[in-house]
Amino acid sequence: MNRFATLFTHVDQSTKTTAKVAALTAYFNAAPHADRLWTIALFSGRRPKRAVTTTKLRAWAAERAGIPLWLFEECYPIVGDLAETIALVLPPPTCVSTRSLTDWITLLKGLHDADEDARKQAVLDAWDHLPTTERFVFNKLITGGFRVGISQKLMTRALAAATGKQEAELAHRLMGDWTPETVTWQSLIEDEDAGARISRPYPFYLAHGLEGAPRDLGPPGAWQAEWKWDGIRGQLILREGAHFVWSRGEELMTDRFPELARAVSCFPSGTVLDGELLVWTDAGPQSFNALQKRIGRKTVPKKLLQDAPVILYAYDLLEWGGQDLRPAPLAQRRAMLEQACAGLPDDAPVRLSPTVPFSDWDALAQVRATARAATAEGVMIKRRDSPYRIGRKKGDWWKWKLDPLTIDGVMIYAQSGHGRRATLFTDYTFAVWSGNELVPFTKAYSGLKDAEFRQITAWVKKNTLQRFGPVRQVPPHHVFEIAFEGIQASPRHKSGVALRFPRMLRWRQDKPVQEANTLDDLNRMLETYG
Amino acid sequence: MSKPPALTFTDRGIYCAAGDFYIDPWKPVARALITHGHADHARWGHDSYLCTDIAAPVMRHRLGAINIETIPYGAHRQIGDAVVSFHPAGHVPGSAQIRVEVAGEIWVASGDYKLEDDGLSTPFEPVRCHHFITESTFGLPVFRWQPQAVVAAQINTWWAACRDAGQTAFLGAYALGKAQRLLSMLDPDIGPVLTHTAIENTNVILRAQGIALPDTVRADASLDPKAHTGALVLATPSALDSAWARKFGPRQTAFASGWMTMRGVRRRRSGDRGFVISDHADWQGLLDAITLTNAENIYVTHGYTDIFNRYLNDNGWVSQVVPTQFEGETLDPQSDPQVAT
Repeated sequence: MNRFATLFTHVDQSTKTTAKVAALTAYFNAAPHADRLWTIALFSGRRPKRAVTTTKLRAWAAERAGIPLWLFEECYPIVGDLAETIALVLPPPTCVSTRSLTDWITLLKGLHDADEDARKQAVLDAWDHLPTTERFVFNKLITGGFRVGISQKLMTRALAAATGKQEAELAHRLMGDWTPETVTWQSLIEDEDAGARISRPYPFYLAHGLEGAPRDLGPPGAWQAEWKWDGIRGQLILREGAHFVWSRGEELMTDRFPELARAVSCFPSGTVLDGELLVWTDAGPQSFNALQKRIGRKTVPKKLLQDAPVILYAYDLLEWGGQDLRPAPLAQRRAMLEQACAGLPDDAPVRLSPTVPFSDWDALAQVRATARAATAEGVMIKRRDSPYRIGRKKGDWWKWKLDPLTIDGVMIYAQSGHGRRATLFTDYTFAVWSGNELVPFTKAYSGLKDAEFRQITAWVKKNTLQRFGPVRQVPPHHVFEIAFEGIQASPRHKSGVALRFPRMLRWRQDKPVQEANTLDDLNRMLETYG
Repeated sequence: MSKPPALTFTDRGIYCAAGDFYIDPWKPVARALITHGHADHARWGHDSYLCTDIAAPVMRHRLGAINIETIPYGAHRQIGDAVVSFHPAGHVPGSAQIRVEVAGEIWVASGDYKLEDDGLSTPFEPVRCHHFITESTFGLPVFRWQPQAVVAAQINTWWAACRDAGQTAFLGAYALGKAQRLLSMLDPDIGPVLTHTAIENTNVILRAQGIALPDTVRADASLDPKAHTGALVLATPSALDSAWARKFGPRQTAFASGWMTMRGVRRRRSGDRGFVISDHADWQGLLDAITLTNAENIYVTHGYTDIFNRYLNDNGWVSQVVPTQFEGETLDPQSDPQVAT
């Protein structure tokens, strides 16, 4: 565990990519195979099955620390991480264990079949044998979510440096539905034909937001435009009679979208499609609001399947006849995709996402302006001769989103942030005018610079009217421009509306409170865009 | 009717009617008793100041021509109907808890304090009282300081590794107190210690009053940044990422603060490393200090006040939160970045 904790500390405390990759590479060269495998798994979001509930962990930690549970619960949001909170409140260990990462994971797996007393004893013993960082890592093994500043891409780079294999090949090997229990280091990384796993998706190619004007991209003829849909990105794998649905976050979502099973009869084996998962009705593609009911549901009731049927709106073809098409230019992949989708029945769960023809950039700008009416978020601009790349590589794929909707709100409550922002007031509640009254309509916590957060934090401390636990009521004084992506009616909110992705676009220090927007303004937006 | 308390909390600061004076007031008053020289406790504009003899030189340096009287630790002074005395708080050199006795009722305003002997400040001494005014900057059980020697070893290991990698080690700390404490923890065999001017100015004052500090080199404009290989530079936080710092070539930066306990804060503010060390009491330190006073009534002035207050009330004390303008140890000082810690 010490070796892994040291790696974690190195990676966690450095802000420099090269230092992180170097630490990982050194680890991959030196650690035992089993530990390496678990490290790859943990850093790519795979973790051992949870053996203990977090409720139990909290109770045991508070008990062991000799503090009341309420006090532990107060600490948790301030620290921002459960595993860390536990690691910090516990008394120092009485002795230090030399077990390896894999040993600890094996111990945790053994707890599944143990009774509660044995589980508790094992966890308390573990805490008593681990210093703070190791303890934190151990807790993370239970609670999951190793969010360290290391992307899968950096890990793959380090793995490439340690093994001498190509990054692209390793990225592909690491995709898919494996766990350290189902593979070995040898089979996952070293063996010749590790690509045989039929469920394995391709790493997604991700677009960048367009930075300048589209004319900077050069002659429009070199580019293809499509709508940017408001769903979730997905990859549909059809191989050997089976189908698999992957999210961009590399989550296997096959069971969540059972309607896609019928795609097996629509395409030959050895087909992989990239596209957008969307709710589709007689009226065509629906907004993200409609899809929201389906996300997070692992099984889908019949009624919901009927009300909110999902399709894959396909815009790229990555594999055809079992052959990897990614090196081929987009124009060629598009032609093959159109051919593959030609003659699909109307009720097929896959549809072809159309391209948007345009003659010059001004014309495309006009098309983009109508995106909301097309239930799209904007347009995508893709270079016709580009291969399908890995990850977020700049230059070939651009997203040109509509400008967000905006409204000026008055800050009325402030709450301190969590984790890295624990010492600052960063979470604010905003209100709009309804006559002489201020009606809260949204919360937002991102979009400002650190210096602005510091300035507002100082102001909040000096201008607190009332405290409700961690929330401070402040006088209506500061106006912020709130940007958001969508608006819908919501009986649960006092204002009657809910916003999608609200964030602070600007601190309007130039604007007096009286000039903030009104509830009527919000309602008009709801009518237009809701 | 019961008699009024010896100390009350006003919008100018903590007030003693019997002696007509304030303790660490934040608005101008006629007579101010000052616990220590940090900017949120020693403010400009009072007609007269009273502080310990050890704290006075830095206050004069910071506040200029002020009317200042001094008092040694432990000495008693009658002010009106109140008897006051100053007792070591262990926070920074010269810092004091102020004891006020009026007609047998004893209050202690502790300012900022820590219990560990840092080898530089006169160590904290518990003072028995009926009413104890305490901070709670680190009033959560997640804050637990390691012994100073352990942190010293961490810092020196890091410094030596920087030196071996051909990098200059930049350590950020506030100019009064923390900087000198760190200085005393550094191993001079590793390399030379350079100091940012704001820190060195404070060093000069402390040395002149007889406080022994290790040798340092003032890193001002006349210094050749490349002439001191393997150096550690003690700098104020605002200078860590300045043009001045960049002149030293390849470097690593670290930050020393109690806030570095939390991984999130460390990642936001520490640069390459964060060392957990504070001149305030940790959770256990606060509880120990309060217990040692034997006080039944506790007043919590700044920090995690609501949570700490609830804990005290649940555990047998009569405690309340009193709003003040003290800041405690802040990562993002608003007022005077050179001295606010």
